Amino acid sequence: MQYMLLIYGNERDWDQLGEAERGKVFGEFMQFTQDIVKSGNYKAGDPLEPTTTASTVRLRNGKLLTTDGPFAETKEQLGGYYLVEASNLDEALGIAARIPAARWGSIEVRPVRKVPK
Amino acid sequence: MSTSSDAVATAFREHHGTVLARLIRLTGDFDVAEDAVQQAFAIALTAWSRDGAPRNAQAWIMTTARHRAVDQLRYSQRFLDAESAALALERLEAAGEEPVPTHLADDQLRLIFTCCHPALAPEVRVALTLHTLCGLTTEQIARAFLLPLPTLAQRLVRAKKKIRDAAIPYRVPPPELLSERLDSVLAVIYLVFNEGYLGAGGDMAIRADLCDEAIRLGRLVAELLPAESEPRALLALLLLQDARRRARISAEGELVLMEHQDRSLWDGDRIREGLALVERALREGGARPYGLQAAIAALHAQAPTAPDTDWRQIVALYCLLARLHPSPVIELNYAAAVSMVDGPEAALRLIDALHARGALSGYHLLHATRADCLRRLGRSAEAATAYREALACGVSEPERHFLLKRIGECG
Repeated sequence: MQYMLLIYGNERDWDQLGEAERGKVFGEFMQFTQDIVKSGNYKAGDPLEPTTTASTVRLRNGKLLTTDGPFAETKEQLGGYYLVEASNLDEALGIAARIPAARWGSIEVRPVRKVPK
Repeated sequence: MSTSSDAVATAFREHHGTVLARLIRLTGDFDVAEDAVQQAFAIALTAWSRDGAPRNAQAWIMTTARHRAVDQLRYSQRFLDAESAALALERLEAAGEEPVPTHLADDQLRLIFTCCHPALAPEVRVALTLHTLCGLTTEQIARAFLLPLPTLAQRLVRAKKKIRDAAIPYRVPPPELLSERLDSVLAVIYLVFNEGYLGAGGDMAIRADLCDEAIRLGRLVAELLPAESEPRALLALLLLQDARRRARISAEGELVLMEHQDRSLWDGDRIREGLALVERALREGGARPYGLQAAIAALHAQAPTAPDTDWRQIVALYCLLARLHPSPVIELNYAAAVSMVDGPEAALRLIDALHARGALSGYHLLHATRADCLRRLGRSAEAATAYREALACGVSEPERHFLLKRIGECG
């Protein structure tokens, strides 16, 4: 069976790390990735751009509501994810709006940062 | 100030928006474009003082900025990845062969939709629009909105980063999205206007600038989207309100209510244009939010004196508007109109109901309108209390003078 591993962390803590420390963490991630690729566990994985780049889509009574920022309300928790290919934010927002959960929940649309593997 | 730097300053205000809009379209990147435009204006400062201002300032700035952008992309890795840079260079070079920049208005329309994209926070849309389209400096915007300069500067940086990193498309939205996105653009334009018309920040000059810029943007959108009635309605609303600008503030810097304004100071040209636009907007679009608000403004503008105002029609229009676009502010305006038809007692009931719901408790006009009704009913002590509550909400200087005067009159 497959698992979704969602990495939650404090963005501000990360921002305060010095360049040397960040480099160390990146190195550890790369090592970890290589290890689980070798062992056959790796399916997909990417760091996301920070929450300042996030937008949230909700569909209520047939009206599309788009707002700036990540989804932040505490009453709802992360229940799943889709990784999609889209040519721009509008296309991504349009796809997000068609997810059934958009009607009762919130879909956070976060761009994925390109990193060389 | 020498005439050449005057010429550059004028060129900046007149052409910054259009040149930037075109460069963003050619390079596909805000930062590259902005950098190039800034450099072009810096070069203009030395070149024009040496050689005199060029006959066609816009073309000169455009060409210079284009060359700066080409240099940036060729010799610096700073902004774009190799692929995007190559595409941008192609477009920049192709643009050089065009005799005169065409489709500048289209570029601006694209830019305004991008700046007003719903994925950007509302206050960010306003700041970005003013900065990129209207050529206002970060200092001017910060002052107008009473924000610390670093806060505003950071807001703009983050906005441009989001546009790039989230790939907010630089385009006029497709038909299925246009209506919703247009609402956002019109809301930003109206916000800019209101900041200028009613705002407490900055000074009279910057606030007049904001009104002018809002009207300019309103014209742009109305002209470029002729099939839409609401942009025309908004433009009408802005013109009709702006027509009263000179009569609003007395020589002593006090607020003058519309019923006491010297109507000979109202701008007849603006009113004529506004009335024609409302008529057309209502004919073509029917009862839409800005159309109705413009119709109300038209009724005020058409009354030769305050007592001639057709308050019954205004009440009917507010009723329709409230049903279409329910909001506490519209309900408050409805109540104010009701006071002119059914008397202050009836209006007070409506306002108290609004207040009881907790709506608009921090809004000075709620308290001021309530105070006015109480004053007209002879309930002076209660009126004075309400006027003080209005003051406590934080108001512009002219409003403050007005409220203090009313408190004094209450005894």
